[in-house]
Amino acid sequence: MENPKQHIMAFLGRFFRCETLNDGDDIFAAGFVNSLVIVQLIGFLENNFSITIEDEDLDLSNFRSVNNILAFIERKTAAKSQPNDCQRLASAVDAN
Amino acid sequence: MQIELSNRQKEARSRFRSFAEQKIAPYAGQWDNEQRVPSHIFAELREHGYLGAPVPAESGGGGMDAITYGLLTEEIGRACSSVRSLLTVHDMVTLTVLRWAKPSLKEKFFPRMSRGELLCALALSEPNVGSDSSSVETTARLDSDHYILNGKKCWITYGQVADLFLVIAREESGVSAFLVPGETPGLTRRKIQVVGTRASLVAELDLSECRVPMDSLLGKSGFAHLQAVAGALDFGRYSVAWGCVGIAQACLSASLDYCSKRKQFGVTINKHQLVQRKLSEMIASTHAARLLCCRAGYARQTGDPQAISEALVAKYFASRTATRAANDAVQLHGANGLTENYPVSRFLRDAKVMEIIEGSTQIQQIAIVNSPPSEI
Repeated sequence: MENPKQHIMAFLGRFFRCETLNDGDDIFAAGFVNSLVIVQLIGFLENNFSITIEDEDLDLSNFRSVNNILAFIERKTAAKSQPNDCQRLASAVDAN
Repeated sequence: MQIELSNRQKEARSRFRSFAEQKIAPYAGQWDNEQRVPSHIFAELREHGYLGAPVPAESGGGGMDAITYGLLTEEIGRACSSVRSLLTVHDMVTLTVLRWAKPSLKEKFFPRMSRGELLCALALSEPNVGSDSSSVETTARLDSDHYILNGKKCWITYGQVADLFLVIAREESGVSAFLVPGETPGLTRRKIQVVGTRASLVAELDLSECRVPMDSLLGKSGFAHLQAVAGALDFGRYSVAWGCVGIAQACLSASLDYCSKRKQFGVTINKHQLVQRKLSEMIASTHAARLLCCRAGYARQTGDPQAISEALVAKYFASRTATRAANDAVQLHGANGLTENYPVSRFLRDAKVMEIIEGSTQIQQIAIVNSPPSEI
């Protein structure tokens, strides 16, 4: 995705005015984010950034600010590109 | 947005309509009086693949796309809202389990759920808890490798016969969701009589020291409102919205038929302009409700996160449309509309239920303002 930040801002802009929102601002503290918005945000992130949000990801700090959301996406994307244990084992077998 | 049905969707709708007209509609009034959908209908729905229809095919379900599923609920809902309610609650729970259950729990139950062999119900409401579902009083406490559940649930659609319940309960960490088999010791059910969707086997549940294995917890402890409840209610609103289109269409069809036969002042009453006004409003609003449902379905099909907002709007509009259409249908039928010789009084009782379940009209209004769909 070309500009993830812009994309996230456009999504959040549906629920509240983003003109004055700084990247580090707490979007929950603004009082506009209810559970429905969070659920839609989760769906938005899963569909647009090809990640799956698991139980352990449901820490609200991951979604508290634009910066946190970007960092979360980066972590999830990096984790996805890391080989898992099975893949490591398969590579080791191939190498031998 | 694509608003034209594909040929496959049109064919599916014909099949659904034929099934509903043959197997359900002729008996809906009788079931309403008897206050129960007979169990052979569960088998019919299962055999036709109508239970678990929206579960992806790769997960063992019917793999029905969102709009085709909507057409199914419209056609079944047009014939009998009580039968349509089963599709809604069963699939609400089945899809929630698919998304949030742990592999061990899924392995135990999901294949039979997705085939409709185990009937499912959502146990969220309580005697003191309706719209404010975050205040559930049913408790869950961890005891070694089991959860112990205690509390009361009410207005549980198909609670009299469900094999599995998705029970929402309070833990120390917050509100959590648990899958509880109906035969769990300590779980007892009591029939509740209601005036709308009377055949939907509504029950009250009493949970007294119900022990379920630890893997019965769906999703993360304390996060049910962002996981199980949010997803289940979103699906429920979508399904109910289409069911409301079915009620509105049934009211319209019954009214067009009646008004073309009933004569007053020397002409059939559909020649009277005040009758035409009611019929035209019914036609336009049913049409509009169906289009909103299609829009919500298209958003679901394309994975648009706005699908939740679209379903809110569709459910809000369609449920109000159904109530208005049913009210007008009874009015157009005059005294006949108040008898059991015509189905419209049942439509009115059923329609009113739709404005209360899966979030009342007023709760939808609040949610729509706080989470509006973007502009068309």
